[in-house]
Amino acid sequence: MVEYWRWKEYRWTSPDIDWKTAKIISCGIDVGSVSTQAVIMTDGQLYAYSNMRTGSNSPDSARNGLDWALKETDIKQENIHFIVATGYGRVNIPFANKAITEIACHARGANFMYGPTVRTVLDMGGQDCKAIRCDDKGKVTAFLMNDKCAAGTGRGMEVFADLLQVHIEEVGDLSLQVDKEPPPVSSTCVVFAKSEASALLRKGVPKNEVLAAYCSAMSHRVFSLLERLGVEKDFVITGGISKNTGIVKRLEKEMGLTPLTPRYDPQIAGGVGAALFAKSLVEKQRAGA
Amino acid sequence: MKANYGYKDGSGEFFITIDTDKCNSCGDCEKVCPSKVISMITNDYDEVVPAVVDEHRKKIKYSCAPCKPVAGPRNVPCIVACKPGAITHSW
Repeated sequence: MVEYWRWKEYRWTSPDIDWKTAKIISCGIDVGSVSTQAVIMTDGQLYAYSNMRTGSNSPDSARNGLDWALKETDIKQENIHFIVATGYGRVNIPFANKAITEIACHARGANFMYGPTVRTVLDMGGQDCKAIRCDDKGKVTAFLMNDKCAAGTGRGMEVFADLLQVHIEEVGDLSLQVDKEPPPVSSTCVVFAKSEASALLRKGVPKNEVLAAYCSAMSHRVFSLLERLGVEKDFVITGGISKNTGIVKRLEKEMGLTPLTPRYDPQIAGGVGAALFAKSLVEKQRAGA
Repeated sequence: MKANYGYKDGSGEFFITIDTDKCNSCGDCEKVCPSKVISMITNDYDEVVPAVVDEHRKKIKYSCAPCKPVAGPRNVPCIVACKPGAITHSW
C-alpha cells in the first residue's frame, strides 16, 4: 500500500568545515510530534543535520536523529560540548543537557537562517502552529500558539494527502493548478474539512480543486492567528508546511507580504536555534569557570 | 514578551495574554486564581513570570468560566490582582 503522507528522511553535512579546529561543538535536537531534527553546529556555523520521523518513542527518535546526523562525520557524542533539546518531546531526552521551548528556539533559529531583519516567524509544525514576533537578536517579543486542533498543521495536510492519494510533497504544486480559486472548506476542523472534501469528490470535483479548497482554508486559518498577533516585516515561515507552495502562495496573497526565501532547510529552524542556545550556554560556562 | 496562551476554535477565541515586560514577578495572580490556571515559571530568558499551566491551555474557556459570569459584573481575580496590569483576557 502506498502511504502518501510518508515524506523522505534525509541528512546533510557541510563539505567546507573542519570540525576539529572548532572551539565549540554544539547540538540542538528538535523532537517534534511528527519529525525530529538533530543539528550540529561548530562555532555557530551549521555543520550537519538530519531530519527524520519521530515515531512513538521520543527518546529513541532523539537518539536515532543524533546518531544519523553524526553518521557521516567522525564526531562522537563525547566531542559535543552541549546538547539542547526542544520541541514537543523535549522533556524526556535523557542525554540532553537542557530543554528550551520551541518558541524561543524557532525565533533564534530564524534569526540565524534568515538574518536579523526577521520580525515575524510563522512555524507550521506537524501538530501545532505558532506565530512568533522577535527582535533583531532573535529574542521573542510576543507569541501565540495553536495546538488545540489540527487545522493549520502538517498532520491536517497528511490527512488530505492520504484521502486524495497525492504524495505530500506534490500537494502544494497540484493545488495551484486551478483556473479559479474554489471556495475554501471548513477551516476550523480537519475532520469536518475531510468530510466536506469527500462530498466534493463524490460530486466529481477534481483533486486539484479539492486540494486548493483545503489549502486556502488552511492559509486563512493561520492568517487569522497571525492577525491576532500582528505582522511586521520581515516575515518568514518555518517548519514542514513552509515547503508547501500551495500554502505559502495563498498566505502571501492574503497577507500582501512575501516571506523571505530560505537559505537553509526551513524545517531545521528549531534545531538550529537550540544549537545556538547550546553554544551560548557553553560560552557562559567557560566565562564563569 | 507578550505570551498568548489559549486557542481559537469554532466557538471563539480564548487567549490569556501575559505581558512579561510589565510583570513585576510578585506572584499575586497565582495566589488569587481559584482554578489554578496560572502558575509562576522561569521562562527561557530566566525571568520569573506567570504562565498558563499546560493542563489548562486547551480548555481555558471552561477553566476560567467560574470567574466570568454571563450576567453581572466581571471582576476577574487575576486581572484585578495584577497591579502593573500585565494580564489581559481576549474574551
